[in-house]
Amino acid sequence: MDILRTPTDLAQRGHGGVGESASRPDGVLKVTGEFAYASDLWARDMLWGHTLRSPHAHAEIVSVDTTEALSVPGVHAVLTHADLPAATHYGLEIPDQPVLAGDVVRYHGEPVALVAADHPETARRAAARIRVEYAELPLVTDESTATAPGAPVLHPNRSDHYADRVPHPNVVHHQPVRRGDLAAAKARAEVVVTGEYELGMQDQAPLGPESGLAVPAEDGGVDLYVATQWLHVDREQLAPVLGLPRELVRLTLSGVGGAFGAREDLSMQAHACLLALRTGRPVKMVYSRDESFVGHVHRHPARLRYEHGATRDGRLVYVRGRIVLDGGAYASSSPAVVGNAASLGLGPYVCDTVDIEALALYTNNPPCGAMRGFGAVQACFAYESQMDRLAAELGMDPVSLRQLNAMSQGATMPTGQPVDAPAPVAELLRLVRDRPLPPPRQWETAVGTGTGFDLRALPGGLSNTTRGEGVVRGVGYAVGIKNVGFSEGYDDYSTARVRLEVVNGEPVVLVHTAMAEVGQGGVTVQAQIARTELGVAKVVLHPADTRVGSAGSTSASRQTYMTGGAVRNTCLLVREEVLRLGRERLGDTHPGWRGDGLWLRDGAVVTAGGEVLADLAQVLGDDVIDLEREFRHRPTEPLDPENGQGFGHVQYSFCAHRAVVEVDAELGLVKVVELAAAQDVGRAMNPQAVVGQIHGGSVQGLGLAVMEEIVVADGARVRNPSFTDYLIPTILDTPTMPVDVLELADEHAPYGLRGIGEAPTLSSTPAVVAAIRAATGLALRRVPVRPEHLTGT
Amino acid sequence: MDSRLLTSAVTLRVNGTVHRLTLDNRSTLLDTLREDLDLTGAKKGCDHGQCGSCTVLVDGRRVNCCLLLTVACDGSEITTVEGLSDGWSLHPVQEAFLARDAFQCGYCTPGQVCSAVGALREMAEGRPSAVTVGTEPPSGAAEIRERMSGNLCRCAAYPNIVRAVGDAAERAAEWWERTP
Repeated sequence: MDILRTPTDLAQRGHGGVGESASRPDGVLKVTGEFAYASDLWARDMLWGHTLRSPHAHAEIVSVDTTEALSVPGVHAVLTHADLPAATHYGLEIPDQPVLAGDVVRYHGEPVALVAADHPETARRAAARIRVEYAELPLVTDESTATAPGAPVLHPNRSDHYADRVPHPNVVHHQPVRRGDLAAAKARAEVVVTGEYELGMQDQAPLGPESGLAVPAEDGGVDLYVATQWLHVDREQLAPVLGLPRELVRLTLSGVGGAFGAREDLSMQAHACLLALRTGRPVKMVYSRDESFVGHVHRHPARLRYEHGATRDGRLVYVRGRIVLDGGAYASSSPAVVGNAASLGLGPYVCDTVDIEALALYTNNPPCGAMRGFGAVQACFAYESQMDRLAAELGMDPVSLRQLNAMSQGATMPTGQPVDAPAPVAELLRLVRDRPLPPPRQWETAVGTGTGFDLRALPGGLSNTTRGEGVVRGVGYAVGIKNVGFSEGYDDYSTARVRLEVVNGEPVVLVHTAMAEVGQGGVTVQAQIARTELGVAKVVLHPADTRVGSAGSTSASRQTYMTGGAVRNTCLLVREEVLRLGRERLGDTHPGWRGDGLWLRDGAVVTAGGEVLADLAQVLGDDVIDLEREFRHRPTEPLDPENGQGFGHVQYSFCAHRAVVEVDAELGLVKVVELAAAQDVGRAMNPQAVVGQIHGGSVQGLGLAVMEEIVVADGARVRNPSFTDYLIPTILDTPTMPVDVLELADEHAPYGLRGIGEAPTLSSTPAVVAAIRAATGLALRRVPVRPEHLTGT
Repeated sequence: MDSRLLTSAVTLRVNGTVHRLTLDNRSTLLDTLREDLDLTGAKKGCDHGQCGSCTVLVDGRRVNCCLLLTVACDGSEITTVEGLSDGWSLHPVQEAFLARDAFQCGYCTPGQVCSAVGALREMAEGRPSAVTVGTEPPSGAAEIRERMSGNLCRCAAYPNIVRAVGDAAERAAEWWERTP
């Protein structure tokens, strides 16, 4: 079978070890346009799949008639719920989501039928000829409609793990975290501030749409090339749906055009495989941009109510919080989002008395699940807004108040978990506060414009019709805490296969994992680790696939920790084997072989003192060392269902921001002038890539602060599925972003590193909003902050 | 309907190679490049001219080729990201994107690179942008940001993109002198 643009080995020679800014092994392919993304796949005789989606958010499916669609020339298959061969539902944790809707659709855009045709336009037109009769049902859209007496129960007969402990069947999961004597603490509090906050629905909006190619195999199985975040969990969900044993469902990672959580759940995977198995032909599916906006889960919108009690001198006495997350129609990763929001809901502070509850609802809104920083992002906007309100109430400096209450190593989380690694929260705040401020009103000090006035620096740029008379500056701060890795007792592991051999006299390391490279630079780090641990210049990275053990998900800031840890440990075992063979074969040639501390450098075995004993070609000859091993982080435990106590998280990650904004309050325009960040990364495995991650997370938080929101209206329908109407930051919206990186080792983690990808997404949003509040004096309880919130119109 | 009414013969010169094609009149240049000419460097990020991932050079000027009908390009010289290198070494803009780590997932990168090549040429020719001030030749970060503002990057590698395009500016001028 001819298949084009499937992934290839990435080979790299001598480009830096751990701690260096090594270049990406896929970099040249990416700048030359040769890197093969999932949307670029092609196979001889392939068909194109298309999905028919529900126009309603909640409706009974009365009838489906595919006759007319099947008669369209070029159409090879039309599938509905009735055609599903095996399991009809799937889900990351709770299999509550239909592969194709059966009797009921529960959200706008839910897949109802599939078409395979010889051209994408033929498939699209044929899908439009499928006759579906719907009878609309009452909508559940928020907490009051979800839990009202007589509210429609969206998932009756639940049997999932959470079903018997939720307060209402339309609540997916509910997690309280309680610690301390609340009544006593309330009596001690001298100052109390309360606030209600709201976050809109953010979208990951990766630029590469959902895409993949399913190829039926002669053995009755299927090979799926796909852009995803976790190959093995896709396979776990696909095999039952396809009615195939797991080993006949083979996945290979194709080029991934960004993820940010959007690819944690299945999208087109099952659909393409079903069509391929039905037609016996390769089937490619690529979502359009508007389909992508309804075809993956979003960040949970949230409503949060907080109450902070403190002493007059600013010490937190108690914190109460209630966090209501809208999970939409299906569970997706809502349980984990709830766990994060509840356990991290206090923020990176010390407080002995905490009463926080988080819950996620089932509604008829679009399903929500993973997006960078999930659960922690929503909580951080609220608790950091509260810290500013408390500072104002006390007449304290907001940074000083935070530093006074900041947690540090040795603190106890509201879950009772000890913080047993560095937690430099006060120091991170100091770093961003002590940076010099950018000069104000830069439009008035423009050099070389000839006019002494530079419109480009005004909020709104050239579209600002004033000369900056109404522009005011504000500065805001925030800090956040995120967990790294999978929590709450999950058996989280990664696997690495490492092969060492000598080819044409040159030692070569092959690293094979199932880690999804989604842009984070995981492949760069894998190669760096192999070079450092095995002292070999040439490293070849095998495409990620299910022929090797699971790497776990590229999410939760976990891959450098987990797959990096797996590559390192397997490399160390390979090194031991090299030394064993060396001692066996060459041990008599030099007394150094009997010493301790032998290691590998520049393709040779060297003593602890650096003396070369033998090169790898001498040791290995034609032998190949090929090992595959799993790596686990230290175990965690579930949170108690009643009080949330437990050793729930593996590691914490901290980032602080200072935002400087200029606001034209009359025109409702905001310019973020500078967004400074400080983050502890434990160990900067690749300093250049670390800064890139901090920039990226910070800008996505800026987007949530001032522009990004999926508008769900008019019967719970997605109203802005395009880049014209769902705005993401452009290069013009992106301020200068100075970054301070701390490297305080976490002794529990490989190399002392700390997962970094998500923490910068948390505090960026509240820092920007705090700065806008400082500039305008407005309360601004909701993000994104829109122009009308500033102008009051 | 007579199918001849729905198709046209078109001649394109793409990355130096002449292609004579008979195409559905409704084909966009992006689909022609990706589906007919096997040049998948240009990406379909939105298909609506909003994201810039499909940016290529048509007769030396930047276009969102998802918005351009191929029949309107008859006789044109088209350069895609695959055609920027001279066959021996990368284009200075490609080199600068690598050196500055001006991408993460890389999906927008072919569009960013083509856009930067076009932008630098416009600046070298002295063509003003919406934000050009005064009569000096346009240069500097504000010009780069303005001229690159049609290319979205969701990974937000923007600070490094600004640096990469700045780095490439001088070297790109030399490059054009020795490549036709």
